[in-house]
Amino acid sequence: MEYEVVVGLETHAELSTITKLFCGCSTKFGAEPNSQVCPVCLGMPGVLPVMNKKAFESAMKVALALNCTINKFTNFDRKSYYYPDLPKNYQISQNYYNLGVDGYMNIDVNGTIKKVRIHNVHLEEEAGKLIHPEEVGANYSLVDFNRAGVPLLEIVSQPDMRSTDEVESYMQTLRKILLYTEVSDCKMQEGSLRFEASISLREKGTEKLGNRVEIKNLNSMKSVIKGMEYEAKRQAELLDRGETIARETRLWDEVNERSERMRSKEEAQDYRYFPEPDLLPVLIDEKWMSEIKSTIPELPFDRRQRFMEVFKLSDYDASCLTEEKVLADFFEYCLSISDRPKAFCNWIINDLLREAKDRKLDIYNLPIKPKQLAALVETIERGIISSTIAKEVFSEMILTGKDPQKIIEEKKLVQINDEGFIESVIDKMIASNPNVVEDYKKGKKNALAFLIGQVMKETKGKANPKLVNELLVKKVGG
Amino acid sequence: MSLLQSTAYQIKNKIISREIKSVDLVSSLFTRIKHVENNIQAFIVTDEKKAIHDAIEIDKRIERGEEVGLLAGIPVAVKDNICTKSLPTTCASKILQNFIPPYDAFIVRRLKEEDAIIIGKTNLDEFAMGSSTENSGFKITRNPWNLECVPGGSSGGSASAVAADVAYMALGSDTGGSIRQPAALCGIVGVKPTYGRVSRYGLVAFGSSLDQIGPLTKDVRDAALLMQVIAGYDSCDSTSVKVPVPDYMEGIESDVKGLRIGIPKEYFATGLKSDVHTVIKDALKVYKRLGVEIIDISLPHTEYAVAVYYIVANAEASSNLARYDGVRYGYRSNNAQGVIDMYSKTRAEGFGNEVKRRIMLGNYALSSGYYDAYYLKASRVRTLIKNDFDAAFEKVDCIMSPTSPVPAFKIGERANNPLEMYLSDIYTIPANLAGIPGISIPCGFSKEHLPIGLQILAKHFEEKKLLQIAYAFERETDFHLKKPPLNVSSLQGA
Ligand SMILES: [Zn+2]
Repeated sequence: MEYEVVVGLETHAELSTITKLFCGCSTKFGAEPNSQVCPVCLGMPGVLPVMNKKAFESAMKVALALNCTINKFTNFDRKSYYYPDLPKNYQISQNYYNLGVDGYMNIDVNGTIKKVRIHNVHLEEEAGKLIHPEEVGANYSLVDFNRAGVPLLEIVSQPDMRSTDEVESYMQTLRKILLYTEVSDCKMQEGSLRFEASISLREKGTEKLGNRVEIKNLNSMKSVIKGMEYEAKRQAELLDRGETIARETRLWDEVNERSERMRSKEEAQDYRYFPEPDLLPVLIDEKWMSEIKSTIPELPFDRRQRFMEVFKLSDYDASCLTEEKVLADFFEYCLSISDRPKAFCNWIINDLLREAKDRKLDIYNLPIKPKQLAALVETIERGIISSTIAKEVFSEMILTGKDPQKIIEEKKLVQINDEGFIESVIDKMIASNPNVVEDYKKGKKNALAFLIGQVMKETKGKANPKLVNELLVKKVGG
Repeated sequence: MSLLQSTAYQIKNKIISREIKSVDLVSSLFTRIKHVENNIQAFIVTDEKKAIHDAIEIDKRIERGEEVGLLAGIPVAVKDNICTKSLPTTCASKILQNFIPPYDAFIVRRLKEEDAIIIGKTNLDEFAMGSSTENSGFKITRNPWNLECVPGGSSGGSASAVAADVAYMALGSDTGGSIRQPAALCGIVGVKPTYGRVSRYGLVAFGSSLDQIGPLTKDVRDAALLMQVIAGYDSCDSTSVKVPVPDYMEGIESDVKGLRIGIPKEYFATGLKSDVHTVIKDALKVYKRLGVEIIDISLPHTEYAVAVYYIVANAEASSNLARYDGVRYGYRSNNAQGVIDMYSKTRAEGFGNEVKRRIMLGNYALSSGYYDAYYLKASRVRTLIKNDFDAAFEKVDCIMSPTSPVPAFKIGERANNPLEMYLSDIYTIPANLAGIPGISIPCGFSKEHLPIGLQILAKHFEEKKLLQIAYAFERETDFHLKKPPLNVSSLQGA
């Protein structure tokens, strides 16, 4: 039988606020275990939470970016379950009045635009981390509460995805939005961005959703795709054999690329949600909402469309430039100085990006500033230097951070446009390479390229290549 | 009257004028504690050394003519569910035995800022769950008026200590009557402030939407003095309210002529003991003499208050007490295998029966499929109860009733009947559900010569008015001056 796979994703993103959600402890990653804790995030008797406004606003920003309706009245709920990394044995989360509901996100699936609905966006607190000793037979585990209380955003999609391509695009698009809105660093290896998938199959062409299975422990986007493929196959085999799919939660085993049952629906936890009495409900008025809305930058999807339409960039170029907000910002900064989109695009996605990658730096932290790149492009366009020389100037700029004009001046790299001088060099080259000239006259076209190369070499690349070409053709006859 | 029998207000002036030294006061207080404590068992822990040290420091500062705080040199006791950095905070539970918090509660910081001497931590029903202090995991506190009787609860230790003159003032917490009821049963003054008036930061949570810290004192003026210290906004408690704190002492003598007093008919129905009723009627006569207007009112949803309270408070408690799991602090069972076993053994061994009963009730009310029928419905009825008060306060300035339907009962008498015990708080619970302030003041005695309390309720943030109304009664009567038949000489041989 042919099946359609139906996927929904739950995304957890740690918000990159300076302090935790309900106390003043630092959220910095990688500190000494239990060095960023206080009575509040340790769940000591008698402590009370105080909401981090910045975290709340970041959550609202994402909810708005995902086109959610913001609940004018929102509050927090306690989600109860026992686990040693959860200090109070309840997590302050949202259940009854989520911050944002009924949103959507457009994704690009191989050139086709698809709308994925967002069920809700809500804010909660992160748990700590268990550390299991490596010694064999150890009868204890350790807990590190540094992450406990870090603000955590949960984004729940509707089961709107039908293929691995769609899931991949959803994850990438969402990640970009979180980066663009500057709310999370989205470092999957540090756990600040995590996905859980719920997957079901149904006979192609039918409407009714099948029993869904949740997959946890998907530690990378690759795992999500693999876990999804595995699960779809597993369910298809079961259905083909006439068996029913048990509603359950499964754990993905990254090493062995398989999933194992964690618990069935019957064993599912009763979280006993009820409104958190220690926090007041949050009332959101139009003014606050529009304030937050105004801080949302143009989002990657829209920006890419605009780059294609306004600057006539290719899909590939526009996608590359909008991959990261800093790239697109750099690009537009350059454009504000001079209107040469294609040239800037090439320099940024080829040269700057390569340099940034080599140096493991953000593009803004490279010594070349938009103003300098614009100046470089301008000298090329005005014929002051050739594009070959420009590469040399660029390398020097990366090393020293000097202005291109200064480098050109210091190294005397200005393009030679003096026809008389170029002709004299051409004469010299013709004289010392009679065979090549003969070859050319016999019809060997690439002999000309050799001669051009010789002239350029002689002038240390400074001769205007266009002029050299013209004059040479005139001389040797073409 | 001996120094120990004086009020904090009287002592305060003597200390500041250097007529007496705080250290002498503290020393004689601890001598009395040694004589009396065996009988009343009010304290879980005392700290004589630190108290003496602090008193000496304050005496020195007064001698040097330095500015001192509102409670300079006054010995104060703190209920043992309020966190103190230097002293264990056990909530009278084995699960927190020997637990010393790494921080001071907001109000403990305030006490220290105002130069009070914290003498010790008082006994309570475990995690403040009870109305008799019999549910303490450590000891049973006795009523100084009759050692065979309970002091009420859950702030029984604080009430007993103040009544027995082993603390000038004490702090308690009131979730459903836990300050007012023991104050009534011990013949002292107890105030439950408006929800949000006093920071809960550092009060070990029982029912978070109901809990409020308040004073237990020898008279109304002392209650005003202690309110002055503990009231106020705290940025660490999101439910504390930014309402300016008035001067509670100023104008406390204002007369009450023309005051409209509401008498809710539902509070004088079945279950009210006849001699309590008589005493309350006499108290109202005192007010009538002062020119008040007595108005019959109705609080129609009163009959649901106890049920609503036990759903809301227990639901919140079941979640608040989830953190006592043996992982980070407090008691941990040492014969457990694995983490789940550690949880269940730790909690089975660490909590007492009443606490377990309430955790189970609370979890039940919150469980999937029951939430709407219990917690949600209770929250709605809670709103109706609040509306009852709002409507009543349109017509009257305050509401008066007995604090408790009965005077102090015998130890063990109700211990095996939780339902009957829960009804002890029938008149006090509605104020917690509505968040309004209430005071209990001594207003007479039962046939067995046990104290009876008059409860006065007012609108949100009208503590000042409550104190004025209460003071007007106190000035006309001498019930607050009566001392329990507990004197050092008769006890020394015991
Ligand atoms: Zn913290």
